[in-house]
Amino acid sequence: MSEPTLTPATAETPAQRTRRLVEKSLRRRYRAERRFRVYGIVAVALGLGFVAFLFSSIISTGWTVFQQSYLKLEIDYAPDVLDPDGSRDPEVIGSADFSALIKAALRKQFPDVEGRSDLRTLYKLASEGGQFDLRQRVLDDPRRVGSQESLWVLADDRVDLLMKGEIERGLPEDVRGISDQELAWIDRLVADGRLEKRFNRSFFTRGDSREPEQAGVWGAVSGSILTLFVTLLLAFPIGVAAAIYLEEFAPQNRFTDLIEVNINNLAAVPSIVFGLLGLAVFIQLFGLPRSAPLVGGLVLTLMTLPTIIIASRAALKGVPPSIREAALGMGASQVQMIAHHVLPLAMPGMLTGAIIGMARALGESAPLLMIGMVAFIVDIPHGLTDPATVLPVQVYLWADSPERAFLERTSGAILVLLGFLLIMNATAVVLRQKFERRW
Amino acid sequence: MQTSTLVLVLLILTAVAYRAGRQRSLALVGGVKGAKHLHSLPGYYGMLTALWCAIPALLVLALWHSFDGRIVTDMVVASMPSDVQVLSEDELSLVLNDVRNLVAGAIPAELASAEVQAAAARYQQLESLSRLAAAGLTLSIALGLGAFVWWRISPALRARNKVEQIVKLGLIVCSTIAIFTTVGIVISVLFESLRFFQVVPVTEFLFGLQWSPQMAIRADQVGSSGAFGAVPLFTGTLLIAGLAMLVAVPVGLFAAIYLAEYAHRQVRAVVKPLLEVLAGIPTVVYGFFAALIVGPMLRQAGEAAGLAVSSESALAAGLVMGVMIIPFVSSLADDMLTAVPQSLRDGSYGLGATQSETIRRVVFPAALPGIVGGVLLAISRAIGETMIVVMAAGLGANLTANPLEAVTTVTTQIVTLLVGDQEFDSPKTLAAFALGLVLFLVTLSLNIIALHVVRKYREQYE
Amino acid sequence: MATEPTEMVQRTGATLGPGSAPPERTAQGQRTVGEITVSNPVIVCRNVNVHYGDKQAIRDVSLDIAHNEVIAMIGPSGCGKSTFLRCLNRLNDTIPTAKVTGSITLDGVDVYDRKQDVVQLRARVGMVFQKPNPFPKSVYENVAYGPRIHGLAGDRTELDEIVQTSLMRAGLWEEVKDRLDQPGTALSGGQQQRLCIARTIAVSPEVILMDEPCSALDPIATARIEDLIDELRQNYAICIVTHSMQQAARVSQRTAYFHLGDLIEVGSTDQIFTNPRHKLTEDYITGRFG
Repeated sequence: MSEPTLTPATAETPAQRTRRLVEKSLRRRYRAERRFRVYGIVAVALGLGFVAFLFSSIISTGWTVFQQSYLKLEIDYAPDVLDPDGSRDPEVIGSADFSALIKAALRKQFPDVEGRSDLRTLYKLASEGGQFDLRQRVLDDPRRVGSQESLWVLADDRVDLLMKGEIERGLPEDVRGISDQELAWIDRLVADGRLEKRFNRSFFTRGDSREPEQAGVWGAVSGSILTLFVTLLLAFPIGVAAAIYLEEFAPQNRFTDLIEVNINNLAAVPSIVFGLLGLAVFIQLFGLPRSAPLVGGLVLTLMTLPTIIIASRAALKGVPPSIREAALGMGASQVQMIAHHVLPLAMPGMLTGAIIGMARALGESAPLLMIGMVAFIVDIPHGLTDPATVLPVQVYLWADSPERAFLERTSGAILVLLGFLLIMNATAVVLRQKFERRW
Repeated sequence: MQTSTLVLVLLILTAVAYRAGRQRSLALVGGVKGAKHLHSLPGYYGMLTALWCAIPALLVLALWHSFDGRIVTDMVVASMPSDVQVLSEDELSLVLNDVRNLVAGAIPAELASAEVQAAAARYQQLESLSRLAAAGLTLSIALGLGAFVWWRISPALRARNKVEQIVKLGLIVCSTIAIFTTVGIVISVLFESLRFFQVVPVTEFLFGLQWSPQMAIRADQVGSSGAFGAVPLFTGTLLIAGLAMLVAVPVGLFAAIYLAEYAHRQVRAVVKPLLEVLAGIPTVVYGFFAALIVGPMLRQAGEAAGLAVSSESALAAGLVMGVMIIPFVSSLADDMLTAVPQSLRDGSYGLGATQSETIRRVVFPAALPGIVGGVLLAISRAIGETMIVVMAAGLGANLTANPLEAVTTVTTQIVTLLVGDQEFDSPKTLAAFALGLVLFLVTLSLNIIALHVVRKYREQYE
Repeated sequence: MATEPTEMVQRTGATLGPGSAPPERTAQGQRTVGEITVSNPVIVCRNVNVHYGDKQAIRDVSLDIAHNEVIAMIGPSGCGKSTFLRCLNRLNDTIPTAKVTGSITLDGVDVYDRKQDVVQLRARVGMVFQKPNPFPKSVYENVAYGPRIHGLAGDRTELDEIVQTSLMRAGLWEEVKDRLDQPGTALSGGQQQRLCIARTIAVSPEVILMDEPCSALDPIATARIEDLIDELRQNYAICIVTHSMQQAARVSQRTAYFHLGDLIEVGSTDQIFTNPRHKLTEDYITGRFG
């Protein structure tokens, strides 16, 4: 191997020159290589970090929602309050003042509390919703009138926040929101085993409420279920039908191209525009009721249709031509070939696409805001035309509330929503893996 | 009768029609043994009868229901005293609300005025009449057509072909729903926007710098300045979308490059789906995250650094929106990068290039058109995003380029103007449609360009 | 100037280096017929084995490549010729399942050794591929790519000079000198392949590997490139894999016959084609298979 001479220009061959110059460049280039790799790793780490940060924030603020504070009170179903004339008439009983029972039970716990303002403060330890639970219990079994029982009653949201550590005991009284007096009562109740956190069933069984401790997601979940039911019922058949036409029947002409371009564009239109469409056409023109799952379902159908069509077309494309030719060769008509042979084979892919489309529709809120599913709905919707809201809109409404206890509920509702999405996406993945055939 | 009952009856009729048709076809050829004389399987004759029974009737029912509400309302208004009829739109709808509430039993009868009570009675009358007529019409259509087809069944009738024709027609109709949706969007949004532009001129809307959409309810109301200049909205939208792209494009592109070119197969198999998770999270969750976690965080950080950061800063909304868009950019970029043929990489390696040089100088430029298309789609997404900005960005129009201030966007204003019990015709509501028109046109153009670019790029390598 | 081959040498145990005798053979029993070694070789291969996962593609091949000479590698499809070629510039590194053992030295330094930088290696051993693969850049940029990344040109005029020289040497200058800005992909197939050759030459390598460079081209373009190879021989060692025996006969001075991963016979082109010493070689040349 010859050494480069002192005058490289004359004695050095081009190959030697290359070797020398490349050698010189290596350090710089490998440094650049390392830097580039680092950028890539940093980017991936940032992306994953965002995911982790998002989930940890939501879980840390929301996981406490699965427990709620309850007070154990000795309830005396006093007949003179509930059924003064002894008639056992459900109407009379139903309109009695059940909060008085709770107040009486609280007085029994704290016999030394006197004075109107002190008593009012005492009564505020229990949630105002407790009286409705009592009412339901007595209406379910009127023989309870006249008896006594120990019952866990919902506590007020400030008590709940304190129990969950959201309120700092060390703060001065006027900032804290709970007076020292109340603190003493609360501590006594806890020491007596009469105040504790229990599983929060009411979060999953109740509808919305102004009082955070009573607010639940069931109303929103029912609304979502009804809305998605309408969406699935409409979008899946129409989407599959459109995909079949475009893939199997449509001739290659301008009209078909137009439809395809349309579908691809609709898949990328902002969701709020669909809300405008729903408002202008379904509500204004057709006069359908605002805030109903029917209208919500119609709007979401239009939004989900492009996704389902595109996924179904891909599934149909995946079925090999040999199967089609075999069927046609036996004398089947085109419709029969598709119905009996192609469609069953493409169905898993179509179902996967439908599930994914439904998952996206579940998380949509903007278009539903437009058509009015944003009102304060307390009653659980049962029909397609009852006023309702959906889970993501419920999250939106609760996120606006100033009360601190609603922060936990909002996160909790998000966890429920994410839970549904996880199940749906996992189902889609499992379905795809189990039934996907490689031709 | 109630609509649901009617539909149920129709369905039962359809089932009956199917059986009747099928039986008749078999009866005409002397039972099952003679079935080979039929052109099609017996089921197809039944199907034909059933389809003719059900479909026209259901269509008529749907049409009737779409418009009867309107017609009944108009007739009720026409029957009311003349002083009610000349009321303005807003007041009229208030009266109509009273009527409807009375009909539904939501308010006790004694609280309503005499004319409202009379109108309510007439409303109920008309409603039941309408329902009766609907039932009569649909049932007679169903029975009539069903019977007619039943009568026409013969062994030579090519039932299968006719059924398949109907099926094909159904498929075509379903396909054109996509077109109708687009047409519907364009027409409805355009229509209302044109009404808006009759009140507020287009130039003021597109170029005006003041946005405060108050409209006088009464002519002499104080503070009824209605400024509908949308430029602050456009700048706000672009500011937040720009911030989002500043986050999403570098992170997304570099993540895609790393995963496509450098990472082990197992790492890629785990990390790619994790990043896709970001795309599956509902936007309302991002909005919550931005409003209740990132916003306060930034404000506190700003205070610590001595800057005045609004709690509804464009930065908070933009950052979180950027995080949401990362998977859009990285997914598409990954597809584009893997589409570049290995032969180009081999050519570069063969010449002695390092991996980063190959990526920077050969692979990335080769994938660039496709990646640009992907970025355009991401920008379109950012511009059209609603929930994050509604929850985390401000409501006050603010013409600024400072990301630490609060701005408002086109989508926020659409929501603000329309959520709530506005009646439909005030310029405020119509302004929302005008904004929607602008939004639709802008995102449509971006999408068309992007999809075109992506398709041309894909064709190049196939 | 023999350097010790590294620990990657396997099995035979004999001290190996350039100029030493060819080793005894492996289980398959195919001992290479003919003279493997040359005096003053540029590349020396000893006991090279290549596995793709469990499949063995190259079995114990030893061969020398000489300066300023064209050696043709012939053999039926799938017998490992391209695989062997790609070992020489470590392009097999891009395939995750490929495993290469044995010793391959360039001017005495083992190319798989840690001390040998792969970037440096590939600058010295260039490659032209079967299907022309110009970058989607202008003609100028295609040729300038190598010099740019290696820093071979001090300024623009030097770069212009390198580009022009390379294009002239590749016989493409006259055809493209007025359209240096046009994309390389707009050229015809034969022009593209000459562009790829120009691109390789621009880096001033010592060896040029060619993997069936004419198989995607028409006969006229093929003839031009064969002429080109003959000119290039004056400055570079050329290793060409080819399917066409006629091409091998026209273009090369030495020929190596591969069969199912084994190197069967090596010798001067004349000898191989007129008087093959191994039966398999003879069968292939007379067209009994392949």
